[in-house]
Amino acid sequence: MTTTAPEDTAVVPAFRSIGVVRKVKNWVATSLVTLAFVGALVPLVWLLYTVVSKGYEAILGANWWQKSLKGVLPEQFTGGVYHAIYGTLVQGLVCAVIAVPIGVLTAVYLVEYGENGRLARVTTFMVDILSGVPSIVAALFVFAVWISTLGFSQSALAVSFALVLLMLPVVVRSSEEMLRLVPDELREAAYALGVPKWKTIVRIVLPTALSGMVTGVMLALARVMGETAPVLVLVGYSRSINYDVTDGNMASLPLLIYTELTNPEAAGVQRVWGAALTLILVIMFFNLLASIISRFSAVPTK
Amino acid sequence: MSESKARTRQEARTPGGSPVMMDDMSEEPPRPAAPRTVRRSGDTVFKALTSGSSMVIVVSIALIGIFLLVQAVPSLRANTVNFLTSTQFSTSDATNLAFGIRDLLVVTVLSSILALVLAMPVALGIALFLTHYAPRRLARPFAYVIDLLAAVPSIVYGLWGIAVLGPELEPVATWLNGNLGWIPLFADGNVSIAGGGTIFTAGVVLAIMILPIITAVTREVFTQTPRTQIEGALALGATKWEMVRTTVLPFGRSGYVAASMLGLGRALGETVAVLIILRAASSPSGLSFFDGGYTFASKIASAAAEFSQPLPTGAYIAAGLVLFLLTLVVNAIARVIAGGKVNAS
Repeated sequence: MTTTAPEDTAVVPAFRSIGVVRKVKNWVATSLVTLAFVGALVPLVWLLYTVVSKGYEAILGANWWQKSLKGVLPEQFTGGVYHAIYGTLVQGLVCAVIAVPIGVLTAVYLVEYGENGRLARVTTFMVDILSGVPSIVAALFVFAVWISTLGFSQSALAVSFALVLLMLPVVVRSSEEMLRLVPDELREAAYALGVPKWKTIVRIVLPTALSGMVTGVMLALARVMGETAPVLVLVGYSRSINYDVTDGNMASLPLLIYTELTNPEAAGVQRVWGAALTLILVIMFFNLLASIISRFSAVPTK
Repeated sequence: MSESKARTRQEARTPGGSPVMMDDMSEEPPRPAAPRTVRRSGDTVFKALTSGSSMVIVVSIALIGIFLLVQAVPSLRANTVNFLTSTQFSTSDATNLAFGIRDLLVVTVLSSILALVLAMPVALGIALFLTHYAPRRLARPFAYVIDLLAAVPSIVYGLWGIAVLGPELEPVATWLNGNLGWIPLFADGNVSIAGGGTIFTAGVVLAIMILPIITAVTREVFTQTPRTQIEGALALGATKWEMVRTTVLPFGRSGYVAASMLGLGRALGETVAVLIILRAASSPSGLSFFDGGYTFASKIASAAAEFSQPLPTGAYIAAGLVLFLLTLVVNAIARVIAGGKVNAS
């Protein structure tokens, strides 16, 4: 190794400091990107602040969680929304009872049996389409089948059917993802012991993936309970409680908000924001539940 | 049935292999000398159950299209004006239906495009921030905060949009209208700017609503950028921005465009927020952001209480069918662009 004379090579130093233009560009990009994030927080904070500040008085009222609006005049600052909370929860529950088995079984088919067959490919394609169907179209479809063609009356059950269409793709997707995370070694160990395939799925694969799937279901539930379009088309509003899912008008929080919007009295305005805050609280509760479940029980990938 | 029999034999012959991978080999003709075959009724039932569920989904999608079409056709036949170009939408007289979707289409497309134009750059910035700029430890909670935007129900967005945001945007709208009014998009609309019941407000609210979905999908694609490329760029002396521009952006471009298309699909179908914000207009829409009126979805929802006679209802179902096709096309474009990289739910 001979070292050349420094005068020959040191004209261009090995490390040059970054030029001003590049530094400025980098700085501008960093600030723009950070600004975009901060900018997105503005509407979120603003919206939550608006809803809380306008709605907290209503939900602190003594009757809010225990009474309905039966016999309450539009201008009276009394009554509650428990009839609407019941409607929101029960419509979501009925929807989940239908959508979860179908969604989970479909995911099992796609992961365990489908193997890229024709039915698996068509199903994946259809789930893609279903995830893009607007809620109003799902509502129209249920209206066209259940009410126009089959002649049933408007009911909470019809709403649940429409919600099923919106919930299915989310459940299928998240369950599929979780089932694919289950390591093949578990399946192979079961097969090696002579366990039938269906029993392997029911006793080994599904329990392993369960917590992740429950999280997905909770998130899906939170999403469909805030849907307004189906309840506008498929069920009438009622100011009093109706426990019957299959018949009659039933309130839900979005429907109550939409109906009270036409009430010009101050009490109506307060009720609208109170119900909006209640709806956000209900949805946040399910979101929180989902993240707690996923935090405390993750699928062991190895 | 014979296929499952063949597979059971395969499993028995090669106990070491993974039975899950066997399906591809089931073409092989079964040998008569194979060891004891077991056919379990439990397996048959369970497979039937799971594939049955898949078929339920497939059939229900097909039914959506068919039922909407079947119920729309009689009304389309009874229609007295051109369905595509008329600005009327009067269905009160079942014997003299006159409905066209021109205005619905204009309002739907204008509000959704405005939402997309506003949301795309911001979503790109947020996705970059969350994947490459935010401190590692804070990236997850920050992403959760952005996802919270998706947890707010659309009716609450509508309330906030018309009660709070609309009045705040009024000076902006007035300024745009006053200074850029010579561009048709910012010309005087058919409703008053005061109060904010315009496509402009609706577009801004829609932009906020589709921000989380575009961000979530883009973020997922950006995190898949090959580590070696990133480190290579940095090793060559690139600044952070140069690294992003030369590795992350080219890699994630198709995913980002696909994510935006998915967001557009959401915006097109959004119902109740738009219904609450937009003010009804008396004259036809004139391609301005300061128009009022109805989108497909909000028109259908606004008339929901009057769905009693089949022919007028069919008119709204026809509008719903067009909306369905529109979202279908947009989502299909997203899938094609993404080429299987994107998974939206």
